[in-house]
Amino acid sequence: MTKAAARGRVSKPGPALQHGKYLFIVVFLVFPVGIYGLFTLSPYLQAIWISLTDWTGLTGSQKFIGLDNYAWLFSDDQTLVALKNNALLLLVVPVITVLLGLFFASMLNVGRRGKSGIEGVRGSKVYRVVYFFPQVLSVAIIGVLFKYVFAPTEAGGILNSALRAVGLGNLAVPWLGDPDFAFWCVVVVMIWSFVGFYVVLFSAAMQSIPKDIYEAALLDGASRYTTFRRVTLPLVWDTVQVGWVYMAIQAMDAFAYVHIMLGISGGPSRSGDVLGVAMYRTAFNDYRFGRASAIGVVLLIVTLIVSLVFLRFARRERVELA
Amino acid sequence: MTTTVERPATAAPAPRRRTPGVGAGAGALNLLNGTFLLVWGLLTTLPLLWAIVSSFKTNTEFLTSPFGLPDVARFENFARAWTAANIGQYFVNSVIVVVISVPLTMLLGAMAAYVLSRYEFPGNRIIYVAFVGGLIFPVFLALVPLFFVVRNLGSVPVIGEFLGLNSYLSLALVYVAFSMPFTVFFLTAFFRTQPTSIAEAAIVDGCSHFGLFFRVMLPMAKPGLISIGLFNVLGHWNQYVLPVVLMNEPDRKVLAQGLAALAISQGYRGDWTALFAGLVIALLPVLIVYILFQKQVQAGLTAGVLK
Repeated sequence: MTKAAARGRVSKPGPALQHGKYLFIVVFLVFPVGIYGLFTLSPYLQAIWISLTDWTGLTGSQKFIGLDNYAWLFSDDQTLVALKNNALLLLVVPVITVLLGLFFASMLNVGRRGKSGIEGVRGSKVYRVVYFFPQVLSVAIIGVLFKYVFAPTEAGGILNSALRAVGLGNLAVPWLGDPDFAFWCVVVVMIWSFVGFYVVLFSAAMQSIPKDIYEAALLDGASRYTTFRRVTLPLVWDTVQVGWVYMAIQAMDAFAYVHIMLGISGGPSRSGDVLGVAMYRTAFNDYRFGRASAIGVVLLIVTLIVSLVFLRFARRERVELA
Repeated sequence: MTTTVERPATAAPAPRRRTPGVGAGAGALNLLNGTFLLVWGLLTTLPLLWAIVSSFKTNTEFLTSPFGLPDVARFENFARAWTAANIGQYFVNSVIVVVISVPLTMLLGAMAAYVLSRYEFPGNRIIYVAFVGGLIFPVFLALVPLFFVVRNLGSVPVIGEFLGLNSYLSLALVYVAFSMPFTVFFLTAFFRTQPTSIAEAAIVDGCSHFGLFFRVMLPMAKPGLISIGLFNVLGHWNQYVLPVVLMNEPDRKVLAQGLAALAISQGYRGDWTALFAGLVIALLPVLIVYILFQKQVQAGLTAGVLK
C-alpha cells in the first residue's frame, strides 16, 4: 500500500480532537508495543545475535564465533536428518493437503448436478462441520491420540487391532517404533489434522463463484473434470495460493507432533527428527544455545524463501490460467 | 452423528443427468466420490469416538475388546484422571492463563489497531510493520532468548514476584505478545472499514478520544472482536510449545502440556483409560464450543488466510 492510500483511510479528526491526541496515542500504544517488544521482538533479534556466539548454559559468557554454529549445523548428521525431514514435510504435506482439500471442497459445494442446478452433494453441511474437528483440537491432544492409534496391540493400539480384525494382521507393524514408518506416521497425522481447514477455506471461495457460470459449462456439455479445471480452479486460485504458503509455513512446525508421538530424540534411530525438535533438544537438553539459535535462524530463512518462491511461482501460474 | 454421516452413501446413485455425453459412468463416479467423502468423514470422527468410548472402559476391556462397548460406563476413570493424574490441576491452570490472556489480548490488540488505523502520527507505519512482520517469524527462533527474558523478569524487584518462569501471569503475557501480530493485523483492517461519520458525530457531541474508543468504536467492532476472540481462545487453550519451555514445574503445567507429558513419560503406563478420560476432558470443551459456534469458529480461524 502506498503512503497516500494509507493516509486516505485514516480519519482526520477535527481541531477539537487535536487536543490531547498525542497523549491518547501514547497511552494506547505503550502497553501493546511494550509487551510485544519485550516478549516477541527482542527475543527474535537476540536469537540472531546468539546464533553467532558460543553461548552454552555452563558458561555465562557469549563469545562471538561468526558462522561456526552454521558450519556445525550443516556438518552434523543429526541436524541434516532433521533438515531432510523438514524438506519432505514441505513437499509432501502441502501437496496432499491442498489436493484433498480441493477435491472435498468441490464435492461439497459444486459436486452435484441436481434439479436446481449445481450444488453440493447430500450431507455437505455435516461433512463441513465434521471435517473441521481436528482443526479445533490442540496439537497435543491429536499427538497423544495418535500415539495410541499407532501403538502396538499390547498397548491398546487400535490401528493394528483393526488390521488384524479385517485379516490384514501381517501388515501390523510397530508403527512409531520402526525407523521406516515413524516419520511417515507423523506426516499422515499432520495431513489428517490440516485437511478440514482447507476444505472450509476453499469452500468459502467456491461459494462466491456465481452459479450461472456452472450452468453455462453444463449447457456446453463440459465434463466434471473440465468444469473443475477450467472454471472452479482458476476462480479459487487466489485462495489456493495463499493457503499453500500458509500450509507450507505450518508444515515446517512439526514440533508438537514429533515431540509427543516420537519423543524428544525424534523417534527410533532419530529417524523422525525435525528442525523444531532438534532446536529444542539442542537448547534445553544440551544447553548449546548458540547452535540452537542457529537452527532457529535456518528455520526462519527457509520459511522466508518458501513464502517468496511460492508467491512468485503462484502469481505466474495464475496469469497463465487467466 | 452416525445417522447423518451415513446419508451420502444412499445419495450416491446419481442424480439424473441433463448433459449429453456424460452417461452411464456418472453413477459409478458419484458412488466413488460419495465413498471418498464418507471415508474421510469416518477417518475424522472414528479416532475421537474411539477415545471417548475407551475413556468409559476398564483397562482390561480396553485391551481385550478394542471395538466393543464398555459393560458399564466407568465414570471413575474421570475421577482418577482428574485427581491422580493431575488433569484437574492442569485444567485449572489452563483456565487461569486463558482468562488472563484472552481479554488482555483483545483489549491491547484493539487499542493498538485502533490507533494505528485511525490516527496519523510519525512512526505509525513502522509500528504497524513491526507488529505484522511478526507473522512471518517462526516461534522457535524466539524460544531461547524468551526463556531467559522470562526467567530474568522473575528477579526484578517488586514485580518479579508475579513474573518469571512458572508464573501464570508471565505465560499469559507471552501469549498476549505472540498473539499481537495477527490480532493487530486483523483488527486494523476491521477498524479501517468502519465509517468515519459516526466518529465525527461523536466528536461533535463532545466525546473525548477515550470515550470515542470505548463507547463508540469498540461496540461497533463487535463482529470482528468475536471472530478474533474465538481465534485467540482456541489458540491460547491449545498452545503447546510456549508452556513446554516456560512452565516446567509439575503443578504449573497447562492442560495440553500435562496430557502430553503424561503420554510421553508413560507415567501412566497400565492405566490407559484414565489417560483417555483425561484426553476427553481436554477435547470435549473445545469440541462443544466449536459445535455451538461453528460458523463463527470457522470464519475466525480461516479469516487470517483470507484477509
